[in-house]
Amino acid sequence: MTQVNYNLLGVLPNDDILSQCIHCGMCLATCPTYELTKLERSSPRGRIKMIKSIARGEIPISEIFADEMNFCLDCQACETACPAGVKYGSMVEAARVEVDNSEYGSFFKKKIKKFTLKYILASKRNLKIVSRLLYYYQKSFLPKIVNKLCEFKIFPQRIIVLESLSPKVSKKFSDSAILEITEPENEIKYTTAFHYGCLMNVMFADINRDTVELLSKTGCKVITPKDQQCCGSLHAHNGDFETAKKLAMENLTVFRKHNYDYLISNSAGCGAFMKEYYHLFKDEPELKEAAKSFSERIKDLSEFYSDILPFEFKTNNEIITYHDACHLVHSQKIYSQPRKILRAISGLNYKEMDESIWCCGSAGIYNIVRYEDSMKILERKMENIKKSGAEKVITSNPGCMAQIEYGCRKNNLNITVEHLATFLNRSES
Amino acid sequence: MNSFLKDKIKKIVGIDNYFDSLEDKLCYSYDGTPIFQHLPEAVVFPENEEQISLIVKLANQEKFNIVPRGAGTGLSGGAIPVENSIVLVMTKWNNILEVDTQNLTATVQPGVVTGILQKEVEKYGLFYPPDPGSLTVCTIGGNIANNAGGLRGLKYGVTKNYVLGTEIILPDGELLRTGGKNMKDVAGYNLRDFIVGSEGTLGIITKILLRLIPKPQQSITMLAYFDKLADSAKSVSGVIASHIVPSMMEFLDNTTINCIEDYTNIGLPRNSEAILLIEVDGWGSIVEEDAETIINILKKNNTSFVRKAANDEEALTLKTARRSAFSALARRRPTTILEDATVPRSELPVMIEKVTEAARNFNVTFGNFGHAGDGNLHPTCLTDERDNDEITRAHKAFDFIFNETIKLGGTITGEHGTGLAKKHFLEKAVGIPAVEMMKRIKSAIDPNNIINPGKIFSISPRCEEYFSVGNRR
Repeated sequence: MTQVNYNLLGVLPNDDILSQCIHCGMCLATCPTYELTKLERSSPRGRIKMIKSIARGEIPISEIFADEMNFCLDCQACETACPAGVKYGSMVEAARVEVDNSEYGSFFKKKIKKFTLKYILASKRNLKIVSRLLYYYQKSFLPKIVNKLCEFKIFPQRIIVLESLSPKVSKKFSDSAILEITEPENEIKYTTAFHYGCLMNVMFADINRDTVELLSKTGCKVITPKDQQCCGSLHAHNGDFETAKKLAMENLTVFRKHNYDYLISNSAGCGAFMKEYYHLFKDEPELKEAAKSFSERIKDLSEFYSDILPFEFKTNNEIITYHDACHLVHSQKIYSQPRKILRAISGLNYKEMDESIWCCGSAGIYNIVRYEDSMKILERKMENIKKSGAEKVITSNPGCMAQIEYGCRKNNLNITVEHLATFLNRSES
Repeated sequence: MNSFLKDKIKKIVGIDNYFDSLEDKLCYSYDGTPIFQHLPEAVVFPENEEQISLIVKLANQEKFNIVPRGAGTGLSGGAIPVENSIVLVMTKWNNILEVDTQNLTATVQPGVVTGILQKEVEKYGLFYPPDPGSLTVCTIGGNIANNAGGLRGLKYGVTKNYVLGTEIILPDGELLRTGGKNMKDVAGYNLRDFIVGSEGTLGIITKILLRLIPKPQQSITMLAYFDKLADSAKSVSGVIASHIVPSMMEFLDNTTINCIEDYTNIGLPRNSEAILLIEVDGWGSIVEEDAETIINILKKNNTSFVRKAANDEEALTLKTARRSAFSALARRRPTTILEDATVPRSELPVMIEKVTEAARNFNVTFGNFGHAGDGNLHPTCLTDERDNDEITRAHKAFDFIFNETIKLGGTITGEHGTGLAKKHFLEKAVGIPAVEMMKRIKSAIDPNNIINPGKIFSISPRCEEYFSVGNRR
């Protein structure tokens, strides 16, 4: 038998986290990947069993294990379903580090992932350069030629897919479109800070602009520091804690310079991770306190307008439904807040879809690296959206938006997808 | 098991339905039962009756064992592999074949999830009452095999009260059909009821005919808090004596309340010694009257606070919270050993006291909850399998509880089954003649002892050491 895997044990918070799962199976029904294969190894409790056995040196890391760790969407629906409070996400993230360090898993994908995370997403300058190039590419005649080349099978089909999955780059990035200080339109109620994200900054600048406009129109001063950084969540979820910590530290320093009541996030993944910054610094007493104060003041947009600044939005007649982003409902446990706001606006035109808390298959870069699996999961979501009868899907995460928009195009559905910020900004009275 | 034999099995089920990697074996080495585990030789997902029959025949020839499995949520070790065994998983057999609204029956495959069946029949205004705690995950096949109970057992009975017929591949590979859509049927021995609760030792269930009832029009859910454990027990006796039959009467002690509250955050009273979750259902004004009568009984027995759920949504939240009790208790300690002691209902107050006594005498922590109206409690020992000394004390506490249960005229398991976890107590609970008869029946039907051997009882002395990979979980 193999050695006890000290590396894996080292990244895990502690041994208790391994012992907490009592394999009762309550997670099975909520796991999108178990639903696809019906194999225990694709289920949360099966994966925990494997991680446990590897950590204790009872079995070695293998191709099957590597594949299962990457097959997992890390949607954390199992954490919501787990009465025992097992922290599945942190176990899988730790295991992914070990897989990336092992000989298993696609070498090519691992290299690309590492490069993208470390040199593009973690550097605002590089991300902007790449995005600018992508913008000109998307505007040019090149995509048409590439499409033709794919049609004639000169280029692999995957490229079309990649192209239609990736959102359009914004003409003007948020950091240049949004002023550092935006004053409220009327009497000031709260001073807020705004985190515009990395991909949100270049791909979804409109949503960021809507968010700031909305905040300002509803009586909030908005501070949007120019030198803020990517939150680091993608790095941490993919096991690069070093970069995640570096980015977190920079954000702590930048936002500390300002006085604000709440830090607003409009991206589920960023919000979820920034709320957990203090975990990153739990062994550094000085930073821990700063991180705690930073994390406590983070509010998702829906949380803010439901719990802190209840606002009377204009009602409207669109038939809408809401898709829960995993990082909101499962990581941040935000479920009732967006519904409260949307029901107030749309009344009976708000339709609850079946399985609204089921992952859409976007899951960070999952839909690109595991396209086929992601599409099976998306199909289930699209069926539920269709059944709801809604003409518009509201959601709070850019990844989900891009994925569901792709699903609508693929299925020729006349359904639009809108970010909560945009919807609220238009409904502001 | 040699590779030649494995190839034969592979040929029967097809390569896509056969798994024998170390990872797969590991992931089918457990079910919902704490502590027990054993690696199978392979895991198969048969596609039809013929494949199952061929595997069973091969098992007789080649002398390997078959362990049938549903969702693997069982709590007595019924689906834990035994030595030289393959696991036969039925979860892909998940079609509801028919809902007969004329005869009020449903025909289902064994892998249908209980909760999904309930939702489906409710679309027709029908009702399938058995509702084990794991109903969102567990399968009808597993429910039949274990004669599963649930929260509604008090008024509506358990799984066996709703099984009209079964199809089962016997240990010789032949298909046996029992029962049918007739409401009355006394032709010969009652084989149908005999299959229910056989814990997968008599064959592999492949089809089930279930009885449905009309769905009650309305229900009222009540929650009562108690400062004294004894008052909650007295309330239960009071309600039963009043001749009202609630559809549910659940008891939760302080430890359980706090663990559930940690998980759900729904505002349960953290300081109460116990709560009762009671539901009455039926038609017309009688439901309201029953609820009022019960509230009066609760008040007479010193409830500190009682309220009705405001709406169906809140009622469902409360019931869902109750169903999470067992798993939520794992928040406190990593190993939760759950028991299923059941006593005649009049003895419930004594039983609750005995659990407290066991915890005190053996210095272990118990969370206690259960179907108070049925006299069916789930005292759960909160422990840590890494602490040998504590595990020994826990086992002693359970021995004590079992002995007291039997003294009170109770049984060692009300609804979870005997499996591996309780087979050593079976003789004490049912007596030697009963166990001998069970063994003779098993030997007659399964002479080679290949279908889930070693569960409920052991036919011949065999290796009962459930060693694991590296001897640890």
